[in-house]
Amino acid sequence: AEENAKPRIGYIHLSGCTGDAMSLTENYDILAELLTNMVDIVYGQTLVDLWEMPEMDLALVEGSVCLQDEHSLHELKELREKAKLVCAFGSCAATGCFTRYSRGGQQAQPSHESFVPIADLIDVDLAIPGCPPSPEIIAKAVVALLNNDMEYLQPMLDLAGYTEACGCDLQTKVVNQGLCTGCGTCAMACQTRALDMTNGRPELNSDRCIKCGICYVQCPRSWWPEEQIKKELGL
Amino acid sequence: VLGTYKEIVSARSTDREIQKLAQDGGIVTGLLAYALDEGIIEGAVVAGPGKEFWKPEPMVAMTSDELKAAAGTKYTFSPNVLMLKKAVRQYGIEKLGTVAIPCQTMGIRKAQTYPFGVRFVADKIKLLVGIYCMENFPYTSLQTFICEKLGLNMELVEKMDIGKGKFWVYTQDDVYTLPLKETHGYEQAGCKICKDYVAELADVSTGSVGSPDGWSTVITRTDSGDSILKQAVEAGIFETKPIEEVKPGLGLLEKLSAQKKEKAEKNIAARKEMGLPTPY
Repeated sequence: AEENAKPRIGYIHLSGCTGDAMSLTENYDILAELLTNMVDIVYGQTLVDLWEMPEMDLALVEGSVCLQDEHSLHELKELREKAKLVCAFGSCAATGCFTRYSRGGQQAQPSHESFVPIADLIDVDLAIPGCPPSPEIIAKAVVALLNNDMEYLQPMLDLAGYTEACGCDLQTKVVNQGLCTGCGTCAMACQTRALDMTNGRPELNSDRCIKCGICYVQCPRSWWPEEQIKKELGL
Repeated sequence: VLGTYKEIVSARSTDREIQKLAQDGGIVTGLLAYALDEGIIEGAVVAGPGKEFWKPEPMVAMTSDELKAAAGTKYTFSPNVLMLKKAVRQYGIEKLGTVAIPCQTMGIRKAQTYPFGVRFVADKIKLLVGIYCMENFPYTSLQTFICEKLGLNMELVEKMDIGKGKFWVYTQDDVYTLPLKETHGYEQAGCKICKDYVAELADVSTGSVGSPDGWSTVITRTDSGDSILKQAVEAGIFETKPIEEVKPGLGLLEKLSAQKKEKAEKNIAARKEMGLPTPY
């Protein structure tokens, strides 16, 4: 009976670089315990050798979806039917991220041109953006899921709707709105060093921006999880 | 109205040199230096001197001397949060301290609670000293006060201060003041919706308000912040007085904190009425 209580998780790999999966495995200290005793990985390329996609409590989807790749489209539709919860895992699945720059014409399949966040095609329940998401946020999200801590997960539920991301969100959604205080959190969070602070405001080098959305997600003026912060600090 | 806290005392550094360099009681410099010496932290991100006079740049201080070089308040932006990543990644610091104004404290705490993209950085921050802050100014606003309104040169300025209803500028020979109504309207816009005057999410918060000249009002909040301050007092780094026994006392701090919250709530409501986004 205990065996059945473990959440059944699938890992579905679309157009991404496997960086998100690698970040997951960087939780060395809890990984063995997690995989052995806390969850069942029931589906996933290289992890579980299965022909048929089984029913899942949670599907982690890495990578954006290519509109010209019928196999990906089919897999995405099927996982939505088979999974109770679908998580856009990493920025490619959540916002399109780097694949937003694709214009086709590349090998090995020149016609693969259009890559979109999975929420453009299916209902997504939660998103964990990041390129990749940090090992810590993955661990915290998994623990929250196991404990059914919906309050901690709420921002991730809300972020499922944030699919059009860009470093310029800082200008249009923060600075232009009279919200920026020049704290520098966005520039710290940027994973590609596309942001610097000039005269107390973020300055974007758009050549380096991969549209992952992390700068805006970490900005203390985009959304503000006061209760969760106080809970963690014991205040 | 002062956030959750464990203890509030009036304190100042017992180090003569820090007393001379510091804005008020030398709490930030003294506490970070103590934490460095004791190995509680290996380095600290502070607002150090920049290329232009009074335009600070975040810097990583690894010694007390470097901390002392960064002592004193600068009334414009120093994006210290950005430097935290460099301190961890480029300096290899595993235990990091920093000083932050309330909005920076919020950015850091959010990154710790929800570290989406800040891989192995947020967990390294072991001591966050918050400073009281009513508002911050773009650098050009400071130039307006000092160069245009007071007719001074930035490089002649030895110290700036805000208190007793005035903006104070000290040069080697003279003291100049501007009434605060002359500085109003030059604050950055983002401060208008900020409800946090006393860095409510820091480990330890400090600022001059509530204590006599040369002293600071120190608020301990987290377990770690409280224990570090107590150790420092025990070690003779700071002398303290009960906050009840000093003038002007806690009443003034509470009053200013309540005023900031009230003004912010008004501005938030006005923004909502206009259909503008706010995070609160």
